[in-house]
Amino acid sequence: MTERRPFAITLDVGSSLANLTGTWRTERPVYVHRLPPCSAACPAGEDIQGWLYHAEEGDYESAWRAIMERNPLPAIMGRACFHPCESACNRVQVDEAVGVNAVERFLGDLGLERGWRIEPGPDTGRRVAVVGSGPGGLSAAYHLRRRGHAVVVFEAQADLGGMMRYGIPAYRLPRDVVDAEVARLAEMGVRFEVNHWVDDVNALLAQGFDAVVVAVGAQRGRDPGIPAGDAARILDAVGVLRSLEEGDPPSLGRRVIVYGGGDTAMDAARTATRLGATETVVVYRRTRDVMPAHDEEVLDAEAEGVQMRWLSTISRSDEGRAVIEIMTLDDEGRAVGTGQFEEMEADTVVLALGQEADLSLLDSAAQVHVSDGVVHCDEHQRTGDPRIIVVGDASANGADSRTLTRAIGQGRLGADAIDALFEGREAQVDSPRAPASFDRLNTWYYSDAERTVRPRLEVARRRDTFSEVVGGLSVDDALFEARRCMSCGNCFECDNCFGVCPDNAVIKLGAGEGYAFNYDYCKGCGICVAECPCGAIDLVPEPR
Amino acid sequence: MSTERTPVRFYQVGSFAVGNRLVELERRSAQSDPTRANSLTSGHRACAGCGEALGARYALDAAMRASDHQLVAVNATGCLEVFSTPYPETSWRLPWLHSLFGNAAAVATGVAAGLRATGRGHVRVVAQGGDGGTADIGLGPLSGMFERNDDVLYICYDNEAYMNTGVQRSGTTPGAARTATTEAVGEHPGNRFGQGKDLPRLAMAHEIPYVATATVADLFDLESKVERAMEISGSRYLHILVPCPLGWGSVSSDTIRLARLAHQTGLFPVFEARDGDVSAVTPIRHPEPVESYLRLQKRFAHLFTREGEVADRATVARIQAQASRNITRYGLLGRDDD
Amino acid sequence: MQAQLEGSQAVARAVALCRPDVVCAYPISPQTHIIEALGALVKSGQLDAEFVNADSEFSALSVTIGASAVGARAYTATASQGLLFMMEAVYNAAGLGLPIVLTLANRAIGAPINIWNDHSDAMSVRDSGWVQLFAETNQDAIDLHILAVALAEELSVPVMVNVDGFILTHSIERVDLPSADEVDSLVPPYLPRQSLDPLDPVSIGAMVGPEAFTEVRYLAQVRLQRALDVIPRLGEHHLEVLGRSSGHLVQGYHLDDAEVVVVAMGSVLGTIKDVVDDLRANGEKMGVLSITCFRPFPAEAVRRALERATRVVVIEKAFSIGYGGILSTDIALALRGRSTPIHEVIAGLGGRPVWADSLRETFLAALEGTLVETTFLDLDHSLVDGELARVAQRRRSGPAAENVLRDLEMSRRDS
Repeated sequence: MTERRPFAITLDVGSSLANLTGTWRTERPVYVHRLPPCSAACPAGEDIQGWLYHAEEGDYESAWRAIMERNPLPAIMGRACFHPCESACNRVQVDEAVGVNAVERFLGDLGLERGWRIEPGPDTGRRVAVVGSGPGGLSAAYHLRRRGHAVVVFEAQADLGGMMRYGIPAYRLPRDVVDAEVARLAEMGVRFEVNHWVDDVNALLAQGFDAVVVAVGAQRGRDPGIPAGDAARILDAVGVLRSLEEGDPPSLGRRVIVYGGGDTAMDAARTATRLGATETVVVYRRTRDVMPAHDEEVLDAEAEGVQMRWLSTISRSDEGRAVIEIMTLDDEGRAVGTGQFEEMEADTVVLALGQEADLSLLDSAAQVHVSDGVVHCDEHQRTGDPRIIVVGDASANGADSRTLTRAIGQGRLGADAIDALFEGREAQVDSPRAPASFDRLNTWYYSDAERTVRPRLEVARRRDTFSEVVGGLSVDDALFEARRCMSCGNCFECDNCFGVCPDNAVIKLGAGEGYAFNYDYCKGCGICVAECPCGAIDLVPEPR
Repeated sequence: MSTERTPVRFYQVGSFAVGNRLVELERRSAQSDPTRANSLTSGHRACAGCGEALGARYALDAAMRASDHQLVAVNATGCLEVFSTPYPETSWRLPWLHSLFGNAAAVATGVAAGLRATGRGHVRVVAQGGDGGTADIGLGPLSGMFERNDDVLYICYDNEAYMNTGVQRSGTTPGAARTATTEAVGEHPGNRFGQGKDLPRLAMAHEIPYVATATVADLFDLESKVERAMEISGSRYLHILVPCPLGWGSVSSDTIRLARLAHQTGLFPVFEARDGDVSAVTPIRHPEPVESYLRLQKRFAHLFTREGEVADRATVARIQAQASRNITRYGLLGRDDD
Repeated sequence: MQAQLEGSQAVARAVALCRPDVVCAYPISPQTHIIEALGALVKSGQLDAEFVNADSEFSALSVTIGASAVGARAYTATASQGLLFMMEAVYNAAGLGLPIVLTLANRAIGAPINIWNDHSDAMSVRDSGWVQLFAETNQDAIDLHILAVALAEELSVPVMVNVDGFILTHSIERVDLPSADEVDSLVPPYLPRQSLDPLDPVSIGAMVGPEAFTEVRYLAQVRLQRALDVIPRLGEHHLEVLGRSSGHLVQGYHLDDAEVVVVAMGSVLGTIKDVVDDLRANGEKMGVLSITCFRPFPAEAVRRALERATRVVVIEKAFSIGYGGILSTDIALALRGRSTPIHEVIAGLGGRPVWADSLRETFLAALEGTLVETTFLDLDHSLVDGELARVAQRRRSGPAAENVLRDLEMSRRDS
């Protein structure tokens, strides 16, 4: 005869669920979404961790679409962006930065290869003119089309792309890539008018455009007015790069001095080498550590034989020679002349001392304020006239760092400002997020994995060709690189919290859904917080 | 959504984290499974951050998976027993028996014999106890079980003292550690340095088919050892280091960190042995000095100044020497001595 | 089947007939022959059971506990120190309500170490919650083991069958060993009250605090007391199947007219009955009450059996140092409210023979009304007096046992 179970000594399984240990808690864990340093550093405002998350799974289309939320030109940016995200990447403190740029290029190329499309929004009947087809203009055009507004892009040159075509040498950014990504915009319904110089923004408004995006860029090289003999050959770097693109490469001679220390100087020097110069020297008035050019560019230039001459200014140029003044740095780090001079042989001096915008089209716009050659804008790129938006190098916002990426970011902001104007709403602001700093990570959990190096064209083959120097990642390498992402500050579903809780107080919601805390049982021990690899859990005082 | 299948064998967090959405389901840990056994479920009365509660669920869930839930557990008296089964509630979700403090191994032997004798030999048996129940009061029955090679997996959750009774010294308490019976006073504060009661090596001396050590900091390692143990019949011994916030005087959130440091410093060698010989070690991945482990625990606070400087260099050096000896003995830096 | 068998062999055969699933053994005199015999039966294939050689008595009973908890019929045997060494598990088995059967080959407890018979070991666990049965003969031992298995499993309580060490375990007697069919009809297949089963998991062995501990103990008392009803019932079943029965709580001998009744447990009853027979032949109105079930104590049956007695003499092989007889205390409690004089006679300690002559002298004194309240049968007064004198003289008088042995040797030489 089987009786009921013995009283008290024998218990029914799992009955402790009646004991709600959550009442012990003085602090509670909460899931947070912090701002990873890559995104914080991205001038285009890309959610890098977000799109890498999809790439990690091999879901490249979702990854590409996540990029396209912010940046319509991933194949271009995957080549030409100077990737401040990588400089900011927390993984630098573990081994090396995640190769975000390389993965972006992989995804951008894959998007082109597979012909992935973004659909325009439903037609709103609004019309917007975009002046300039550089990165800022294209970005604005794209985002406006996504909202359903009609867009016409006016381009003064014969071909589209602005600085992407006329400023960045082909060995860094092949033109077919530019063509392909621009073509995708055309397929979205963006209309392009080439060889169309816009000289008055108000005229466009008068023609019936509801708003204008001014994205004219900075196309004019700055001329410091170096004393020069009649026979001196002094060219402007932007002009050299443009004429090369127009199929009319200038003759630079064997010995070329490039004057300046920015990325354009590097582009000019490397171009000179490719055009036959045997001795290319970059002359810069300060030192390497304060040189504005990106390291990667400097290293590539040096690898290709370009020489650097620091603490030097050109005080005079004559046929076949230039006079250099040796500089020194004062207490505040400024370059000051020493009065010592040297001569250098130079067939050509190429000036790469920065560019200026031609803003004459804004002369008639009384409420648009221009000073120091740039237009004052609010944080949504709006000028004093809310219908006129200025993005890219012509904008005063971030003028100290004129990059493609910044222009793309501003293009999106400007497009949103216009849409907000049309809709009668506030322009969007990314909600502030606390930073996902390195000290919040538990890096133990990440696999040891050094960065994948992108293949590079051998130096010997670079000297006489404009073939692309940096190659793309293979599928395997791209996946590997994506998986190096530590997903700083944002859950990537590693199940650690779910596993390490001694009280089973974490509920797994399913793939892509993350987790929730079961506060009935959570004792607030904080192990989940300590062991979350990416710092996506905070411990906060228990509410009273 | 297009998902590409590629042969890439790098998975972001590899096997360090509990789960990994990037690997196939069958290669994921038992703990990452939302339908895991939860052999020890919520509502138990362990302290916040208890390493033993965690270790027990890790081990038993893995054993449940490996045995297709055909498992019976026998428990020695101790924290695990007390916090899991105070009348009228139990946190266990598998057949579970508590008899006494010192007899878990023998009871498990009886369970295995009883199951076999009644035609249920496929049901597997796990015995579990703390370091007191295993190394001290239960050593005789444990040794007998080993010697007879009874078909039981014995798991010791080692928190290095009698925590249930208020943190008194046990046979596995490390040298210099303060406990309620080895106070940090006098000329040699804390526990005396002895030879230590090295349970895994004692188990190996019985030449049982499988002996392994693990910590709650390395789930995959722990689970794979449980699974390996469950593939074998005869006596098997698994020794799991489970930090105790109460007894060690550590922050409750540091439980896994401490277990990890115990391994990374070399103080707790993680290895496995077959038939009495070491067959594999889990190498140290990021070597750490013992100080970084000791500093986090109030039971070693007397070795440091208030500012965290080493106050007792000789003792810290002695502990470091123990770690170094383990590193050499087991080849924990991944070097093959052969 | 009639056979001349050593007591241990007889017990082993009886146990084997009960088809235990698990037999666990750790050797201790005088239990060894029982487990050796069982081991041989398992090894030869005559008994299909798991035989576990334990590493201690503590382990032996623990193994049995584990086996019983998964619904296996489990058996072990021990004696004396072994019982003490498993003491914690003895209480545990009872507390968990596991129907284990244990043979206790009764033996004295040291120090001084002594391997011979008395009942100190059994008395040390009388409060543990086990049923304790005492065998008077080897036939009794056989039948009580068969009854014990059925009793344990019906009530889900552990049962200890007490068999006097050496006196019964090592003596060869003619016994009637029941057939397998007979035992099968007396011991139905085991249906455990609770069992560890993955298909119906439970937690056995919870921690119970003040809020329910009294109730748990009360229920244990109620359950153990039920044995007082079940034992006679099982005894009747034995009578039907075997034509004899040991299944009684107490057994009277010439109680109809007895004025002086001798009460005892175990093998000493044989000698007692011989002496009483002699005295009755001389017209003395004497009787005997044998206690078969010591725990639970059959107070009501004792009270009824001693209704006509004018004087009670309790012969017991153990005592509570510092007070006196243990069985006599229980008898006194059972006779609460009556004025019947109760005499306790401590006899047979550590294997001391209980001579018929000594008993006759004692019984005659009881009949004459001159028996003192407490007697240590055949106590060598000169020896203890010598030692007591020594202790009184010197603080460091040395170990008593050795002193007494030396005195004994001296007196032997003198004679």
